[in-house]
Amino acid sequence: MVFIDKNTKIIIQGITGHQGSFHSAEMLKFGAKVVAGVTPGKGGTKVNDVPVFDTVADCAHLKPTASMISVPAPFVKDAFFEALENGIKLIYILTEHVPKHDEMEMYANAKRMGIILIGPNGPGITVPEESKIGIMPNHIFKKGDVAVVSRSGTLTYEIVKALTDAGLGQSTVIGLGGDAVVGLSFLDMLKEFKDDKNTNTVVLVGEIGGTAEEDAAAYIKRGFGKKVVAYIAGRSAPPGKRMGHAGAIITRGKGTADSKIKALNAAGVKVAQYPDDIPGLING
Amino acid sequence: MNLFEFQGKELFRKFGVPTPEGFVISSESELDGKQIQWPVAIKSQVLVGGRGKAGGIRFADNLPSAKAIAKELFSAQLKGLKVRNLLIESKLNIDKELYLSIAIDTSKKRPLIMASQKGGVDIESVSASDIHMEPVDPFIGFSPYMANSIAKKLALNPDESKQFAALLGGLYKLFKQYDAELVEINPLVITKEGKLIAADAKVSIDQDSLYRHPDIKGSYDDLTELENEARMKGYSFIELDGTIGVVANGAGLTMATLDTLLLHGMKPRNFLDLGGTDNIDTVKNAFPLVLKANPKSIFVNIFGGVTKCDTVAQGIVAAKNEFKISVPLVVRLSGVHEVEGRKILSDNKIHGFPNMTDGVKKVAELSKS
Repeated sequence: MVFIDKNTKIIIQGITGHQGSFHSAEMLKFGAKVVAGVTPGKGGTKVNDVPVFDTVADCAHLKPTASMISVPAPFVKDAFFEALENGIKLIYILTEHVPKHDEMEMYANAKRMGIILIGPNGPGITVPEESKIGIMPNHIFKKGDVAVVSRSGTLTYEIVKALTDAGLGQSTVIGLGGDAVVGLSFLDMLKEFKDDKNTNTVVLVGEIGGTAEEDAAAYIKRGFGKKVVAYIAGRSAPPGKRMGHAGAIITRGKGTADSKIKALNAAGVKVAQYPDDIPGLING
Repeated sequence: MNLFEFQGKELFRKFGVPTPEGFVISSESELDGKQIQWPVAIKSQVLVGGRGKAGGIRFADNLPSAKAIAKELFSAQLKGLKVRNLLIESKLNIDKELYLSIAIDTSKKRPLIMASQKGGVDIESVSASDIHMEPVDPFIGFSPYMANSIAKKLALNPDESKQFAALLGGLYKLFKQYDAELVEINPLVITKEGKLIAADAKVSIDQDSLYRHPDIKGSYDDLTELENEARMKGYSFIELDGTIGVVANGAGLTMATLDTLLLHGMKPRNFLDLGGTDNIDTVKNAFPLVLKANPKSIFVNIFGGVTKCDTVAQGIVAAKNEFKISVPLVVRLSGVHEVEGRKILSDNKIHGFPNMTDGVKKVAELSKS
């Protein structure tokens, strides 16, 4: 498992909102230690029996180390800095439509401070039978030794369910986020999974746009030591059209599915044609 | 969102980036009675590359010639787009043409300044060794030494370098203050009089930042009519050139759905991502968009999480009844409340499947007949 376990103390910034209250309940059901919520002006109330505070500083005595941010896009950067300045070490941002310049600024600061930024605009991170920060559906998981790292949400659930149905459990499942600028890359996660004792196989779920899959392939080629299989979405995408995610766009002839599949194949990574072919490739 | 050249140049002037003297017209009669320094460049304002080659940029020496050209440009289409505005500018005495841009380097997650001595041509055709790159750490921001270092690589003389530093400083301020994804000057002209002037302007503003730029009035000319309608209704929708209508949830799964159709020999007519929703109407109202694209059949592919399968099924049934869907309809429902969802479908005589491949095979079967 990487980044979180059953002892990780989590706060939710924006817990009183629709998403925050629904997903905090689901996280609690999964066994995550949600110790506090933060919503300015709602201090002293409770959501799903979790105490709500006005500021992150107000809940410092509970010693949280991780935060889930679920506030409207214009307020994300502020919430991020509030968490950062109050010593939070892992910050996951659920919110979509965060401006790219805010994302670059948050990333630059996260990097300097050595904290982990997950997202924005991703489903979060789940470690089966340990903890969950984010919005992945609880019922699809099974504990095991397959790590999944992905740029999308529902496609990740599709693949996790296929793994579980095939009897292949998961060590850590993480969604990087669908935006063009996000905190973590495939490369960052491969480095984590390489040293993770609980992970023996990695499933990489990529999509068109950017060069993150190619960078990962180059790293695997130099010697990763664990089995990697992949799926790349967007083979049928025409250039210049954003396929929903801000990051999923073929520009200047770069970021095509073909180039990613070629790079991965050259690194010895088998790439599935269909999402439900993944378990077969792992067993084969 | 891409801005027209004249809008980009308005921003340039606001940030002290020199542009040619000029004005915008929306009909040729507006040329009458204007103080004009001949000759002029007449530039079609459309959001498409290769305007010049397509005949969208012309030159005129006098009023009758300018009016004739303007009339012609207004009445014809340029690469399928209507020309609504023309930018009339004094023609520059060009000595050299450079290239300059600031973009977001998404893999390094920071701004990247690019410059080349080979301007005025498609930058993709310029070899990488002729393009100078200067990354900017957002933690530090732009600093004038970066301009000096680029100016040296562009072999500018001391006076040009001074102009260049001021121009790039202004351009970076614009890039940051207006949440640009790209600001590009191609060509950046050095005139025979020794002045640096932005002959063109390409500015793209991050769609997600528009709430803090109320002064930006862009255009969605690069979207089709149907894509624009979908955008107004809040769906992520793209028209494609196939025949199978698609409704799915999540961008990644929607892409995977299109790919799977293609691998089974069927071409998708559209990309439609419902997003995370648990609202019957959101599901229902996606169908008129797909139907307007005249698909041969429709495939719905849902993995339920936040989006519950029974809600989706109810939305589909409502759409089927209300919009009288006559083409074959196949639905894949998996995830939260999938059994309930598929029961609703079968009660209403709609093909329902628990996995994507089986659903796609059914679409193939029904599309043949």
